[in-house]
Amino acid sequence: MHELPIIESILNIVLKHAQTNNARKVISVHMEIGKLSELEDDWLQRYFDYLSKGTIAEGAKLKIERTPIMMQCDACSVSYEVEMSQMGNLLCPACGTNRGKLLSGKNYYIKSMEVQ
Amino acid sequence: MAGVRLIDVKEEILADNTKQAAAIREDLRRKKTMLVNLMSSPGSGKTSLILRTLDALKGSIKTGVIEADIESTVDAEKVAARGIPAIQLRTGGFCHLDATMVTQGLNALTEHDLDLIIIENVGNLVCPAEFDTGAHKNVMILSVPEGDDKPLKYPLMFSICDLLFINKVDYLALSDFDMSALRQRVLSLNPRIVILEVSCKTGEGIEAWISWLKGEIDAFRQNK
Repeated sequence: MHELPIIESILNIVLKHAQTNNARKVISVHMEIGKLSELEDDWLQRYFDYLSKGTIAEGAKLKIERTPIMMQCDACSVSYEVEMSQMGNLLCPACGTNRGKLLSGKNYYIKSMEVQ
Repeated sequence: MAGVRLIDVKEEILADNTKQAAAIREDLRRKKTMLVNLMSSPGSGKTSLILRTLDALKGSIKTGVIEADIESTVDAEKVAARGIPAIQLRTGGFCHLDATMVTQGLNALTEHDLDLIIIENVGNLVCPAEFDTGAHKNVMILSVPEGDDKPLKYPLMFSICDLLFINKVDYLALSDFDMSALRQRVLSLNPRIVILEVSCKTGEGIEAWISWLKGEIDAFRQNK
């Protein structure tokens, strides 16, 4: 799995912002991750704990908000939300067409963080 | 807690990779080298497909290959045995290639002045789908023995590809693989994907792939 490179990027971004803001300690990191991501919150935290040891982000909590998977209907262009389990069986709520294009659901984004 | 402040970050976590991938695409466009990223599970026929492709393009399209493997160099050796420039990237345990690793591979192939470079990504339907390699086209293989339910389990991979090979169609008679269900599942996620039924063993469908590929290379050269 690819937790490690993702967590490395997160940690680099977090430490950069902590430094720019003269923080002594990072308390929490608020992120948005798309529901299409296979990465589990628990494992992300464990990898973060491992990589952040000895930095000012050690002990910080990852607060992860899962953002929806959005599809756009191929026929009428309406966008609608689906769950991962529905992805092989799509149906546009407006016109009933079963074909769509992925709009979002694979994002990895850091919104903000709490520091001291 | 005393002195806790909330600070805005507002950064894409994969921004560095996305930026590097865009730089690769732009650089190769100037050099008129098309980059194709081939993805699939282990054992679905990536190397066999590449060997078939190299044989078919011999003499008309100058091709090179970037092989990614967690440890071995077996695939690059097979390709190099055909006199084709090949570079093996050992990902050292990583499950996918990212744009930085691809850049290393491209740098090693620069001197050959190629028309086409094919990346054989690490065998895996999950992680490679999340990392932009800088390729101009993404293609994937699903082989018949893997089953027709894979688009339900790995929707992201199926939704980002331009072309899907259904390989090992010579096994169809022996399996309960439902081709029309598979097509429906894939097209519902990605209506514009091209689906080709092939057998790297018998050569069935390879001609259709080569004609698609040559058409894409022509369009790429004309900057369409």
